Amino acid sequence: MAQAERPDGPAGAPAPTEPAAAESAVALAAAAPVLAARGIGKSFAGVHALRDVDLTLRPGRVHALVGENGAGKSTLIKVLTGVHRLDTGRIELAGREREFRTPLEAQRAGVSTVYQEVNLVPMMSVARNLHLGREPRRRGLLDLRRMHREAAALLLRYGVDTDVTRPLRELGLGAQQMVALARAVQVEARVVVMDEPTSSLEPREVDTLFSVVRDLTAHGTAVVYVSHRMDELYALCDDVTVLRDGRAVHTGELAPLARRDLVGLMLGRTLLAARERAARQVPDPGARPALRARGLSVRHRVHGVGFDLHRGEVLGLGGLLGSGRSETAKAVVGALGADAGTVEVDGRRLARRSPAAAVRAGVVLLPEDRKAEGIVPGLSVRENIVLAALPRLSRAGMVSRARQDAVVETFMARLRIKAASPDQKVADLSGGNQQKVLLARWLCLAPKVLLLDEPTRGIDVGARAEVRALIDELAADGLGVLLISSDPEELTAGADRVLVLKDGAPVDELTGDRVTPDDLLAALAHETRPGAGDEKTDDEKNGARR
Amino acid sequence: MSVLAPAGVLRGRAPALRLLRRYGVYLALGVLFLAAVLLDAGFLSAGNVRIQLFQVAPTLLVALGMALVIGTEGIDLSVGAVIALAAAVIPLYIGWGLPVALLVAVALGALGGLAGGAMVAFARVQPIVATLALMIGLRGLASLVNGASAKPVTDRALLTLGSDAFLGVPLTAWLAAACVALTAVLVHRTTFGRQLVAVGDNRRAARLAGLPVRRVLLTVYLLSGVLAALAGAVIVGHGAEADPANQGRNIELDAITAVVVGGTPLAGGSVRVLGTVAGALFMQLTAAVLTQHDVPASLTKIVEAVVICAAVYASQERGTR
Repeated sequence: MAQAERPDGPAGAPAPTEPAAAESAVALAAAAPVLAARGIGKSFAGVHALRDVDLTLRPGRVHALVGENGAGKSTLIKVLTGVHRLDTGRIELAGREREFRTPLEAQRAGVSTVYQEVNLVPMMSVARNLHLGREPRRRGLLDLRRMHREAAALLLRYGVDTDVTRPLRELGLGAQQMVALARAVQVEARVVVMDEPTSSLEPREVDTLFSVVRDLTAHGTAVVYVSHRMDELYALCDDVTVLRDGRAVHTGELAPLARRDLVGLMLGRTLLAARERAARQVPDPGARPALRARGLSVRHRVHGVGFDLHRGEVLGLGGLLGSGRSETAKAVVGALGADAGTVEVDGRRLARRSPAAAVRAGVVLLPEDRKAEGIVPGLSVRENIVLAALPRLSRAGMVSRARQDAVVETFMARLRIKAASPDQKVADLSGGNQQKVLLARWLCLAPKVLLLDEPTRGIDVGARAEVRALIDELAADGLGVLLISSDPEELTAGADRVLVLKDGAPVDELTGDRVTPDDLLAALAHETRPGAGDEKTDDEKNGARR
Repeated sequence: MSVLAPAGVLRGRAPALRLLRRYGVYLALGVLFLAAVLLDAGFLSAGNVRIQLFQVAPTLLVALGMALVIGTEGIDLSVGAVIALAAAVIPLYIGWGLPVALLVAVALGALGGLAGGAMVAFARVQPIVATLALMIGLRGLASLVNGASAKPVTDRALLTLGSDAFLGVPLTAWLAAACVALTAVLVHRTTFGRQLVAVGDNRRAARLAGLPVRRVLLTVYLLSGVLAALAGAVIVGHGAEADPANQGRNIELDAITAVVVGGTPLAGGSVRVLGTVAGALFMQLTAAVLTQHDVPASLTKIVEAVVICAAVYASQERGTR
């Protein structure tokens, strides 16, 4: 297929021909890669997002791209599709070196993308969205009738039967995703990149998506499939590339790779002996738990998660990206609207569900995204520390500087927060010190339960060890700690038990001798995929309690 | 990651530039004042100073409330309409005495503010849309209450408030100064003020930290309404007439200008009370100097536009996060 065949002409371009022309390509390009990326490197402000990554896409094959948060998946996709310029390396498309400066260039060369978030124009009609940028014209004007006819016919093949003149936003999210997919494929792509395409789809729509993908590959298109759902990957993909910390740590066929090995590759499991854990008193199982959650459900994210957390206990919450770890923690403190479920603190049920109510009850959450949800960047270290405690440090609404200083001094010393002064802007501190500031914000409230979502993410090794030691210390002092971490070592070393989530539901609980990285990986690679059925999740929830 | 990169780059800027950004409005005000005096020594005359203060007082009152709202990353377009509403009800209740009339006007301003705040805090309507709707509605209410015609006001107490002076400084300026002091204390020394700034800077973090985000938003719009109602009383007293159809028109724009020129970023997270005072004075003096030197009104407007653009440009760079 030559370059000039791309239907990109603005005037009177023929209706995008169906993949019939691509038939011959299958035979032609059995082995030759359609896209080969070599030594791709990209950094932002001195931080390497990608280092020396190779990716080879062959026609007619689905290539899985996997990795945890921050592994570089999105950056790689954006480099491939012209959103980011690459710093080093080269991209060859059908044997010719190419550099895409804009997404449009990539699209015209036959590299299409379906993003995780639908990136179409919600107010425009479905048909217009489908044809955006390459509308059929007649005598210089839009040929609306043809546009609508073609759009309706096209969408039917994707299981979307709708009035194509309606604005896109009136469609369900799944249907919107299908429109985005139809649009991407309609461009006669040689490569279609799908970034977590199923994250907002119902099971039936997932099936449609799969058949579309199979249809594409049958016509010789190469598909890059990004997902963290193991079942989908193994059902659909031929090859896999695993990214970790910006590097491709594994590439090859997917089928021979055992699930737990794949998970191990993603999480960077190193074979270390399980670290000795400080012997902690086993909480009396009959005692009233500090925190009891039952049947927490958040639409599409969490299905019937429940657990008991005792004083002096560190409960680990394990799971891959998208397993509902963070959502569970947020649902506990009421930051995420839960559809169902109850939360009890010291046996008293939280009636009002809001972060403010949770804080008052002594349940606090250290969020995963420190910058977006943790620090208040424009305020000083002092003000960030006392933020939640302000009412307690005030008299008749007037803040008392003396009381503030006492608290700030205590916790800056105790957590060894390194700042020029308490008046330094918190945004100017290192990640580790910012994290300590956030911990200080909570600890000065003397909470009962601490929910820690990835407390050591993005902080340096020294601070990481300090935070881990602090968690042990806090539990020893009688706090109940819920620890979320995607690092199996950290999770199993730090937690007394580990509750494992998958697709938003509990699938296993590791206790006693099973709290090891190996057992955790085995649990993470759990085969079955619980559906949305409530009975099933209830059973599993009960199984997970004890 | 890429989104955060520019912040790190900006942070390394020379401290001198930072100082200029931070205190530039005071410098500009000083230079303008000096220039005005040098051009015409009569500028310093008691009479002229008093006129300037009379004119700036209501704008400043409104701007204080606006600064609080802008600190939460909001905006309040309804303040002019609140003034119109105050102008509409004051003649109706002034027979009961000034305190009653003031109380009614302020209560209505508070209610209007609450309505706007509720739309923003609970219905999550964008502030500009919520207060735009409120502005239209309150203007309608004002003309419904008291028709479209101006009514003379003869109440001695109200006229005194509007036009008399104490120690050579208009009472309205004293009132504005008191409100400035109260607002400064509110922002810097109270729990509420610190929560307000945190809500404006990072609302998600503030919510997760257990701050009463909705209450803060409600209160901020309420205060803005109260201050606007006070400004309404001041305007009616100074003009000796209540003219709901015209009083308070476009004052929301003057107030926003004062806040922005004063260095409060529209992105929220910071309230500069003294800066707002300087911003209001600066805009007042600019107009006064140009007018007194017979620069045509049309040109004066253009100069004001340039000042606003410069201020917004500066605040944008500062606000990059």
